[in-house]
Amino acid sequence: MKKLASLLGVLALSLLLSAVAAFGLAPAAQAKEAKIGFAFSMTGGAAAYGATQKNGAQLALDEINAKAGADGIKLVALFDDDASTPQQGINVFNKFINADKVSVIMGPTLSNTAQVADRIAQQAGVPVLAISNTAQGITEIGDFIFRDSLTEAVVIPNTINTVKAKLGIKKVALLYGNDDAFTKAGYEAFKNALNQAGIQIMSEQTFAKGDRDFSPQLTQIKGMNPDAIVCSALVEEASGIVAQARQLGIAASVPIIGGNGFNSPALIKNAGQAAEGVIVGAAWNAASPLPLNKKFVEDYTKRYGVAPDQFAAQAHAGVYILNEAIKKAGDPNNRKAIRDAMTQVKDLDTVLGPFFFTPGRDAGSQPVVQVVKNGKFAVLGN
Amino acid sequence: MNVLGQQLVNGLFIGGMYSLFAVGYTLVFGVLDILNLAHAAVFTMGGLAALWLVQSAGLSIWAAFPLATLLAGVLGLLVNQVAFVPLRRRPDTYFSGLISSIAMAIIFEALAMQIFGAHNVRFPAGTVPVVIWRLGGITITLLQVEILATVVLLMVTLTQLLKRARIGKAIRAVAENQRAARLLGINVDGVIAFTFFLSSALGGAAGILFGLYFDSLSPDMGRPIELKGLAVIVLGGMGSVPGAILGGLAFGLSEVLTVAISGTSNLRDAVAFTMLFAIMLLRPSGILGKGRTREA
Repeated sequence: MKKLASLLGVLALSLLLSAVAAFGLAPAAQAKEAKIGFAFSMTGGAAAYGATQKNGAQLALDEINAKAGADGIKLVALFDDDASTPQQGINVFNKFINADKVSVIMGPTLSNTAQVADRIAQQAGVPVLAISNTAQGITEIGDFIFRDSLTEAVVIPNTINTVKAKLGIKKVALLYGNDDAFTKAGYEAFKNALNQAGIQIMSEQTFAKGDRDFSPQLTQIKGMNPDAIVCSALVEEASGIVAQARQLGIAASVPIIGGNGFNSPALIKNAGQAAEGVIVGAAWNAASPLPLNKKFVEDYTKRYGVAPDQFAAQAHAGVYILNEAIKKAGDPNNRKAIRDAMTQVKDLDTVLGPFFFTPGRDAGSQPVVQVVKNGKFAVLGN
Repeated sequence: MNVLGQQLVNGLFIGGMYSLFAVGYTLVFGVLDILNLAHAAVFTMGGLAALWLVQSAGLSIWAAFPLATLLAGVLGLLVNQVAFVPLRRRPDTYFSGLISSIAMAIIFEALAMQIFGAHNVRFPAGTVPVVIWRLGGITITLLQVEILATVVLLMVTLTQLLKRARIGKAIRAVAENQRAARLLGINVDGVIAFTFFLSSALGGAAGILFGLYFDSLSPDMGRPIELKGLAVIVLGGMGSVPGAILGGLAFGLSEVLTVAISGTSNLRDAVAFTMLFAIMLLRPSGILGKGRTREA
């Protein structure tokens, strides 16, 4: 009898405990967390882009998390370095997916890395938002791959047409890196756009990643007297090319027209005076009067001491897009629901302007054409 | 014609830097019959040291250049002391010295990575005044003239030093026959140490000029030039100083002309090394190599 009473007592106690536990858990479950893996190039050839991407993303994360109340979803950021190489990109993606169990991945910085790393995420069913991949064939990897960066196929024809209309160029020389997915894709887009615009390509010259001496190619180009030099290169090589072109005496009246790789303040810093007049197609209009964009430029400059570039803007917008999708999905751990919610993002206010994804999961925003003037990117037209 | 002239000028400058690098390389080989594979790392350290002196210590390049060159020379002494001296009294120094010099190269590169990071770094704008001359369509910058003048000055000084100065004669004596030199009262260890100092100072100077010319430095910038330097001294004749100068110029010109003619830099190294292969078949001792006899 005594035994039965004590047994009942234990039972009652355990019931009470479990009830307390259940109540105790409920508020904790309400402050939901969504883990986001950020794979950016902090070292290697693309380190200049990766650094500003991290800054832009961090700014957006802090803004969103500051607002996320008791019922909001907190974004937990995991940053890792893809070292500008596909090999390291694969390692980082595997770690994010299997060890950290992130809900969604942002990055990697380079298209070259994305070509292989994104396939791993697609197989594992983890949504990826690319924020700087501009080569063709990235979102074609699968239905979990999105991007808020405009493809070269959108930006470059716009650049060429604008430059043709404003400057009336008729014949150009092409210079590009032929051992990299991004610079090669840029070259192909330029070639198509030039052919369609009826601009003559006088010569095509190439270089390899890590080259420091471009004077042989530039000397040949100078000898042909082109109206402009069209160049597809990453920022390290681009800086060398721009500086050496002006040093070799290619007149400032012959503009150098670059792809997305030129789109970094690092180019202006590296090449200095020689960067004046460089023309770059861009996905983000730094001088846009939209209130959100103005605030972004102000806050970013205040926090980091330098003006943001397109890569920071795309990262900032990317975090807002992911936040919107995760909120719409409701469950931060349901990767499939987040993917489906991504396709529903529409008219979202971002620093890139009102944002939506095209049916091909590419960015639906508008490109602009910029020119370097007095050490800053200014708008040439759009 | 202007294009060709400009390409020859381009090749001359690249070649001049290769020569300067290779002369240091070949000097140690001429004296010791051993390759110092830390030479490319010293080249990098020279360039980065000059950058540090200009950027962080605020010196002008005119002060930073000799200081960094001196520092590279001291690094050469260190390489000799750590990687070669302890092994010299043992049998089979040939390969062990080669390996330990690779270790020194790795240590230097890792050190540079720690200090400067893995990315490319640059001299601040205006380190060297930008003056550009145009002579009948050929463009030459003040920097190029300064580089050429430095290279020529260093080469002439080195040749005269080896030919006339007491230490130069001692170096040649040690190169000829270490045992005989020792018997004649020459401080062989001192001469070897001095050779390392000289060789590394030249390598460091090449690194500074390379960094200034391309305005881009990184801890791994020595790697491509290491292989080219090796090819240049094989081309010119192992251990021959004039051969290294000639080899460097030939290598630079072949690179530039290959890119100019083919319009792509992918074939650059292929053509240069094919040329090396052909010369090895036709003249196994190199352009100015003289079989077994050595000249330092």
